[in-house]
Amino acid sequence: MSMLERAKQRLASAQEAAIAHGVLVVKLAPGDVLSAVKALKSEFDFDLFTDVTAVDWLGQKPRFEVVWHFYSTKHFSRVRLKTRVPELEPAVDSLVTLYGSARFMERECHDMYGIAFRGNPDLRPILLYEGFKGHPLRKDYPKQQEQPLVPYRT
Amino acid sequence: MNAKTIPIQPASSKSAAFEYITTKKDELAGWARKFSLFPYPFVTACCAMEFMAVSGTPYDTDRFGAALPRFSPRQADLLMVVGTVTHKQAPVLLKVYEQMCEPKWVMAFGVCASSGGFYQNYAAVAGIDKIIPVDVYVPGCPPRPEMVIDGIMQLQDKIARGKHPIITAEF
Repeated sequence: MSMLERAKQRLASAQEAAIAHGVLVVKLAPGDVLSAVKALKSEFDFDLFTDVTAVDWLGQKPRFEVVWHFYSTKHFSRVRLKTRVPELEPAVDSLVTLYGSARFMERECHDMYGIAFRGNPDLRPILLYEGFKGHPLRKDYPKQQEQPLVPYRT
Repeated sequence: MNAKTIPIQPASSKSAAFEYITTKKDELAGWARKFSLFPYPFVTACCAMEFMAVSGTPYDTDRFGAALPRFSPRQADLLMVVGTVTHKQAPVLLKVYEQMCEPKWVMAFGVCASSGGFYQNYAAVAGIDKIIPVDVYVPGCPPRPEMVIDGIMQLQDKIARGKHPIITAEF
């Protein structure tokens, strides 16, 4: 049995799991993410945290889907975790205790989609600036709305 | 022979030499200034490659006296904004512009600096002329070096035609 197959069976709490195009894709409840990542890191050597981002499914419930990618530099394989969070409280657990690089990537995701990461001590804007209202990659952010820092010349 | 020569007095108290030089000093100063442009490259994006190309030997902006970039805004008189300027960068651009000494000119290099180009979104400033005054626009994504040289030559014409208030009444 391949390593990804074993990882798939290990994540028994998954709502859905499949191996597609050589990537293990797992859908989880928001509360199960941290324990699943812990298991992947300690038991299956997923030592590289590649990315965390979100998808805004405007009109669906729950609205947001948070997506994590991990890579194993030992087994050269990838895993993708997904979870859905509601619009009213878009919050998931932070991974800063497991991966230091999560600090910055979670800040970016918080900038762009407004996902709150419980446990990240520093969710200041990283690509946006202080005072920016809203989250520009949400589908309901007006496409051409500008928030200039310098008043325009008249 | 004994006729008394009546000296012609200028209307004002200024000397005739001053009167003559005031008619020509703009031309003289403009000629001097248009061949000694010291650019400050405010380079933010991919247009930088084209800036390097136009500064390099094949195109050679030194022919126009505009080859020596000064990396301090206080020593420069041509601000070349090369690339996209975001809202987060806009205060920096304004500060650089304000630190430059008069006389100063601004070139919007590339379509992003000119009008925002295809960036019409939350992040990009749709044209640096919303923040600072621009003298010459060079569109293109990126502009060809020939277009940049054309822009420099148009700026030189503008400088030659312009007013240069360097001589004061105390001269």
